[in-house]
Amino acid sequence: MYEKDGEKYFVVDSHMHYWNAGPDNWVPGAEQYAKGWIECFHAYQGLGPPETHWPIEKFMSYTEDDLMKDVFQDGYVDVAIFQPTYLTEWYREGFNTTEKNAALGAKHPGKFIANTRFDPRDGDDGLKKLEENVARYGSIGVKLYTAEWNNGSRGWTLKDPAAYRYLEKAQELGIKNIHVHKGPTIWPLDKDAFDVSDVDHAATDFPQLNFIVEHVGLPRIEDFCFMATQEPNVYAGLSVVIGGLMHARPKFFAKVMGELLFWVGEDKMTFGSDYGIWEPKWQIEGFVDWDYPGDEFSDYPRVTTATKKKILGLNAAKLYGIEVPKEYQLDAGEGAPAARDDAVGVSSGSPAASLG
Amino acid sequence: MTATAVGTRILAALAEVRDPELDEPITALGFVASAAVTDDGVAEVHLRLPTYFCAPNFAYLMVADAYDQVSALGFATTVILDDHFASDAINEGVAARAGFARSFDGEAVGELDELRADFLRKAVLAGTDAVCRPLAGFPLATMTIGDVPASPALARLKRRRRDLGLPCDDSAPLLIDPRTGDPIGADAVPLHLRKARLTRTSLDANTGICRGMLRHRYDTDGQGEDAR
Repeated sequence: MYEKDGEKYFVVDSHMHYWNAGPDNWVPGAEQYAKGWIECFHAYQGLGPPETHWPIEKFMSYTEDDLMKDVFQDGYVDVAIFQPTYLTEWYREGFNTTEKNAALGAKHPGKFIANTRFDPRDGDDGLKKLEENVARYGSIGVKLYTAEWNNGSRGWTLKDPAAYRYLEKAQELGIKNIHVHKGPTIWPLDKDAFDVSDVDHAATDFPQLNFIVEHVGLPRIEDFCFMATQEPNVYAGLSVVIGGLMHARPKFFAKVMGELLFWVGEDKMTFGSDYGIWEPKWQIEGFVDWDYPGDEFSDYPRVTTATKKKILGLNAAKLYGIEVPKEYQLDAGEGAPAARDDAVGVSSGSPAASLG
Repeated sequence: MTATAVGTRILAALAEVRDPELDEPITALGFVASAAVTDDGVAEVHLRLPTYFCAPNFAYLMVADAYDQVSALGFATTVILDDHFASDAINEGVAARAGFARSFDGEAVGELDELRADFLRKAVLAGTDAVCRPLAGFPLATMTIGDVPASPALARLKRRRRDLGLPCDDSAPLLIDPRTGDPIGADAVPLHLRKARLTRTSLDANTGICRGMLRHRYDTDGQGEDAR
């Protein structure tokens, strides 16, 4: 929890990791991909304040102690949600798996929620594995990475019939939240791999599931926003937006936040630090202090203390059924966190509702 | 011609190549690692990108466009993308003039024309914001391109519309649907401008992130980067 100027913020870090990307975990023959992947992540860290940068060696293999200190002791986080990324073609034991995450979670009861994942290309075995993971780790969320390489395939979309089979199974198993992350490859390679229109289809066809589009669809923020206005069950995961822009590009950060508040709305935006890419501490402190820098942003929706409380924790707490102590909840009249029908574009009176 | 003058011509040619996703010249983005003519007269260009995993389709377009621009100067030309997971497929495919689908055999079903056109449409929308933002209060729905004072932003918007085969002469409506070319009616103007602003914001934010990542990856300026 974080306190500033007498205001109390309950913090849910809805998108973070515990990975091992060190050379000891690289798949022989795929070293260049394993190395390229973690170096790419490390470059993202370079967008944060210089005093928060780590050397690549630590970045590849930070420890449990690092994580507990950075996220909970120094980082104000009340509950952290692990989002796994397997990448087993490049990392022998996986980059960050449900199993590794849950093992850490088991040592610190109440601190973590372990999401799992699926890959529709894994067929019946994958369905069985999903069921086992849900039973074993109590997952109610999954992280999907559509650009993952799998046996010669460079990716998949949520429109694939196989993906629908998995979504049906996930729903049947009690999964509520689908975190979607787009990457640079997909089959076929001549299509735009970052396209989010498949999320639109799935969100329409699975209205009981929540779809949290991580990194707000970056680099397709515009397509994401147009889609999110029309789908009451689509949310904006802010990882990378705060970490990658707030410090490095403050003016663009203000514009992106303004657009998200207009198109998606403050009830449907969730904070995620993307740890170990960025530590949560500076992101939370900076965001609580943040406002638009000047008059040129006057036609964007205003940002209030309630806005920040929802984004930093209350919205994700609602999506995950996390109990929030009374003194951290909003007062009456400050809105309903994670309300599906409160998105700006969904009300029929909004200009965004008429988007084709 | 001196080596410097030749280098300048090559860089000028490369400045005509844009990152199709960011709609900025690859020179200004810092993507040109080196450009020189070897002793045996071959123009050799090395390109670099912000990450090892930048999307291979856009990378291919930049390498192929760079090849076309430089070889049009009359040089035997080699363009090499450095430090990318698909460097070999892209470099060999462009050198062999194989096209994208053949360069990524089995992984792609078509060429990249539609992808390029999609991003030109985004560039038209973003450019519409750049041109129309200073015109707040004017009756934009009834204005033509010729009603707008000349500016670099307007010239750029006209070029993007021309590239897409959309109306771009002085009598053409200022606001059009970048997919159909149809004029935007007065009622639809506020939403159209909102979409234009959002698209520009997205492009600018992406460009900012790409620049930051490139700077982290390489601590040297790209060739022609300061010529902006």
